[in-house]
Amino acid sequence: MGLWQFLVQNRKEVLELTGEHLWLVGAAMTLAVAIGVPLGILVTRVPRLNKAVLGGANIIQTIPSLALFGFLLPAPWIGERADRLAILALTLYALLPLIRNTSVGIQGVDRTVVEAGRGMGMTDRQLLWRVELPLAMGVIIAGVRVATVISVGVATIAAAIGAGGLGEFIFRGLAMVNNQVILAGAIPASCLALAADMGLGWVEKRLSQW
Amino acid sequence: MTDNAYAGPAIEFRDVSFQYASGLALLKGLNLSVARGETLVLLGRSGSGKTTALKLINHLLSPTGGQVRVEGVATSQWDVIRLRRSIGYVIQEAGLFPHFTVAKNIALVPSLEKWDEARTTARVAEMLKLVGLDQELAGRYPRELSGGQRQRVGVARALAADPPILLMDEPFGALDPLTRAELQREFAELQRRLRKTVVFVTHDLHEALFLADRVALMEAGELEAVLTPEEFRGSRHPLVSAYRDAFLSERPQE
Repeated sequence: MGLWQFLVQNRKEVLELTGEHLWLVGAAMTLAVAIGVPLGILVTRVPRLNKAVLGGANIIQTIPSLALFGFLLPAPWIGERADRLAILALTLYALLPLIRNTSVGIQGVDRTVVEAGRGMGMTDRQLLWRVELPLAMGVIIAGVRVATVISVGVATIAAAIGAGGLGEFIFRGLAMVNNQVILAGAIPASCLALAADMGLGWVEKRLSQW
Repeated sequence: MTDNAYAGPAIEFRDVSFQYASGLALLKGLNLSVARGETLVLLGRSGSGKTTALKLINHLLSPTGGQVRVEGVATSQWDVIRLRRSIGYVIQEAGLFPHFTVAKNIALVPSLEKWDEARTTARVAEMLKLVGLDQELAGRYPRELSGGQRQRVGVARALAADPPILLMDEPFGALDPLTRAELQREFAELQRRLRKTVVFVTHDLHEALFLADRVALMEAGELEAVLTPEEFRGSRHPLVSAYRDAFLSERPQE
């Protein structure tokens, strides 16, 4: 049986697992943006937090993903459901590129432009919303793009703790020593990663024109 | 500012010093006042403290000693946002917002002050005309303009909310000599009509003598002399002579 045939025959399960995969990545990225971007802004405002925040995010990044899933298992509420656990782990992984790109993007805005705005009487909030964030948006989206692509890959491992997603096929295939089943998970996952990369790459380009 | 009858100098430096925490002093014991409607040029070489002095006026920096008074009130007592919105600020390379159109750049302070749309649009058109720019440029972005046009937009933006004071930090420094001379002439003409209180920073002696009512010569964080252009041309002050020599040998025809 060819791979294509396998995918067609199991299309219901493929779609279902793809949907789960998208849910894990989508929920994690939403949370990560909601946490990472404000933290990135914060470290540009309070520079002495820079080391602690980026250091923390860096350390999380060095924990092997399987171990991170394991560490979070005893956490209350989170540990009750595998998808919650997976989303939290993916969120933590996505934080570093988001925090870093947000702060680097803001710091990279032409200082003369910021100083002109300040000198003309813009408040810190007005400078942030009207000048710094719009001009840093391309760099911030680049961070979202990197984080999303990483998340799509790491999310396949979430199947190991029963959180579902395309990793199900991969682990099943490994257990069955069946390459076709592995590929049935790996290829759609790669396609998701490529689609996210291209889509966000397009957005990034649109927003990086300044 | 309009309702009280303050009649003193528009800007006054009282024994002002500024130094970094590291101890590096950029400005030492500066005493200087700028009269209403006057164009005062701060002349000096790089690092002489002229830009520092300028940024003390709109409180981008705050003095580590002494007081800077604007309209008779110390800058530390002003609501800093109010202070800055009543002072136009033009810098080298214009510092325009690259993601704003020309019209939006010019309308910056009016929009911060929540002017209604009709008033803002009319004001933008008026400002474009004032600085000699075509109305068609309103919808363009700064990168689509020449250096001279950008600098004109910078001046228009600074004047849009009709501030009584204008600070200019080497506004024409990055322009080619012909465009620079053109903008200097236009600005002198503009200032004759508007009579703003202008503090203008430059290291170009010709520009200083052309635009200034008075020239304040700075060196190593200290004020060396304050002279009218006439006095400057005849002064025997060693630093003034050194300036004249440097610039006159460069352009012997003057």
